[in-house]
Amino acid sequence: MSSANLPSEKFRLGMLLSDTRYRGTSLQVITFIIFVAVFFWLVDNTLKNLALLGKDVSFAFLGMRAGYDINQRLIPYTNDSTHAMAAFVGILNTLLCAFVGCIIATIVGVFVGILRLSKNWIIAKLMSVYIEGFRNVPVLLWIVMVFALLTEFTPAPKAFKGANPEATMFLFDSIAITNRGTYLPAPVWGQGSTFLIIIFLVSVLAVIFFTRYAKELKKNTGKSLPSFWISIGILIVPTVLFYFILGKPVDLNYPYLKGFNFKEGIHLRNSFIALTLALAFYTSAFIAEIVRSGILAISKGQTEAAASLGMKPNKIMSLIILPQALRVIVPPLISNYLNLTKNSSLAIAVGYMDVRGTLGGITLNQTGRELESMLLLMGFYLSVSLFISSIINWFNRSFQIVVR
Amino acid sequence: MKNYAYVREKSIPPSPPPLIEVGVIGWIRQNLFSSWFNSFLTLFSLYFIFICLIDFIPWAWGGHWNAKSLRECMDLDPNVACFSVLAARWEQLLFGLYPADQYWRPTLTFVFLILSIIPILFPKFFRYFWFSVIYPGLAIWLLWGGSIWSIAIIYIGVLLGVASFTVLSKGVIRSTSVNLTLSVVITLLFFLFLSSTLTGFLSYLIPISLPFVESLRMGGFTLSLIVGISGIVASFPIGILLALGRQSNLPIIKMICVGFIEFIRGVPLITLLFVASVLLNYFLPPGTNFDIVLRVVIMVTLFSAAYMAEVIRGGLAGLPLGQHEASASLGLTYWQSQRLIIMPQALKISIPGIVNTFIGLFKDTTLVSIISLRDPVGLASTIRADTKWNGIYWELYIAIGLMFFIVCFGMSQYSQYLERKLQTDK
Repeated sequence: MSSANLPSEKFRLGMLLSDTRYRGTSLQVITFIIFVAVFFWLVDNTLKNLALLGKDVSFAFLGMRAGYDINQRLIPYTNDSTHAMAAFVGILNTLLCAFVGCIIATIVGVFVGILRLSKNWIIAKLMSVYIEGFRNVPVLLWIVMVFALLTEFTPAPKAFKGANPEATMFLFDSIAITNRGTYLPAPVWGQGSTFLIIIFLVSVLAVIFFTRYAKELKKNTGKSLPSFWISIGILIVPTVLFYFILGKPVDLNYPYLKGFNFKEGIHLRNSFIALTLALAFYTSAFIAEIVRSGILAISKGQTEAAASLGMKPNKIMSLIILPQALRVIVPPLISNYLNLTKNSSLAIAVGYMDVRGTLGGITLNQTGRELESMLLLMGFYLSVSLFISSIINWFNRSFQIVVR
Repeated sequence: MKNYAYVREKSIPPSPPPLIEVGVIGWIRQNLFSSWFNSFLTLFSLYFIFICLIDFIPWAWGGHWNAKSLRECMDLDPNVACFSVLAARWEQLLFGLYPADQYWRPTLTFVFLILSIIPILFPKFFRYFWFSVIYPGLAIWLLWGGSIWSIAIIYIGVLLGVASFTVLSKGVIRSTSVNLTLSVVITLLFFLFLSSTLTGFLSYLIPISLPFVESLRMGGFTLSLIVGISGIVASFPIGILLALGRQSNLPIIKMICVGFIEFIRGVPLITLLFVASVLLNYFLPPGTNFDIVLRVVIMVTLFSAAYMAEVIRGGLAGLPLGQHEASASLGLTYWQSQRLIIMPQALKISIPGIVNTFIGLFKDTTLVSIISLRDPVGLASTIRADTKWNGIYWELYIAIGLMFFIVCFGMSQYSQYLERKLQTDK
């Protein structure tokens, strides 16, 4: 019995599992074999099933005529366009919703997050109610609720009619909120507007240079300029000045009522507004928590040390707390942007034609190409997500605290 | 020594602070009106709350509960809520299309659910943990019905495996891996050859069975709970394994885990659910067709397992390297050190993230309405499609939102309680 327990140098088959020198390798080999086997099993099944249904794997359907209309689009598209074009319209719609949603979510989220730390009890409680309310109710429910709010509680276009209308437009008759969507004035680019845009871009450049100069000045002499107000001035004044010098080259095309509907202007459908607002508010609750915890993560000692150096509260915030808090805040913030983008696939609940609605919806149903459509759809979302996570990784690498 | 005219021998008792600095008034002054800006904010928020409640309270308080249709509600008083839709359809919202005479089954399942999570939540009751172990089988049997033995046989098989492992370990063979393999083989043999005969025999001997209910009849909050709870229970261990795999130094295992996690996290749950409902039949042998609820549960589980893995990986990364090295220097094997040293600490750090994943999973169960299963959100549109309730929104949505809010808020409160309880460094 005892001799059997002595370690023997001779290799036995059992050592593949019991000896730590070989165990890792053999475990990997086993896993790899199982993985490959399962993969081939799935592929084999798929091929068999496709053969059974008489289908093949081909992406030729992308070049065929789509034959359906998309009511909200950023690029020209008719039902004679191809399926690929429809998918592209959907992608742009997804990105538009995600982009607008992220901006609103960030603004609201930062606002709510800071207010939740307020010393004012009632404000802090209100913000907690906001955060908990949005975080603990499914986003799908919020989307359909906002949609119901927009379609049920807004006036029909015909309510704006007549000498004494039931409903009025906002902001000097420029914005009409109706149950068919919101109508905004559309800009008309007239003669000289290119020049105006160039002026604006130049002032943006000037602001960037000015900020650099202000930073250098501060570094070298310790003098600080009121850089915020000067930047705003540089940004706005030349553009406004040239706007009048050039004779108002950009005009606004106001929406107006004709028949039973509004004409002209930009028409934002309720589906888009509901989806974007609901996603933005939902995500803003998460962003608020991130901002709050980011600010709390910067220890109180930092604030006190800065105060003892004689800094003013707003300087402490902008020079000491925020630069450190941003390091904590930004990565989860970006991953929340990613979540918002992925959640925009819930567009189907309100009938907004995002990429899941076009490529993964109507195209899939019309052509019967489930496998190919889903592959493309997943490929799109995956590439967006990989792109965003590479941004996070880049941020983490470049803003890491350098430990010496 | 009596040169001094007067020496105070006792200190004067401190005088009470001014009345406006303490008590209710002091609190109000400090928290609500400390500056002109704060006062403005306070007044503004009070006004805001007032506006919100002035319409809402009479609307909700005077709501009708007994009308037969929305039209009847409107005839009674169009300015108040019509909760009659809840009174008329609450059974559907809770149970979906479950047979009406069998409602006691989901109800009982729910009661048992609460009983079975008590031992997990509160260590005081841990001796009743056996009930939590038999609960999943019990719940499946109660909800879907059929013979009790077809479920019990799984437990019997697993028990047989465990028993054979124990017997083998106490016997002559001393290698754990051999014992494990043997007991797995025994269990598999049991399931392959013996189980069906035994099930038939036991059902003949002690016939306990419930009428069978098919999956498509599950719905309402019951469905949300089925998908949510099974997802939570299954995704936790899978998430731990994935996190360990991602941290492991075996390149192939690490690669598979990273690929899986990044793939799942990169696509929306909706596309995965579509894969479950449309594509899964392509990937399985021709002719297989298994339960849609099970497919959804699998997808939801995989989805949240990937998120769970990332949360736990965060916890693992938060542990100092010294913990690994210390446990290795004590001579613990990989699994021992994970079980005794690493995981308890890593899981403790990641409690908030884990519970957030659970909450996210539970909220995501509403997405099954998009592949036309009847969860509460899906049922809301079904109810609105009825001519009697056409045009009703808020009463339904508020009720559904409230149900989800209670469950999710409860979970987050429990996680905060757990964090406070497990806090050892203060």
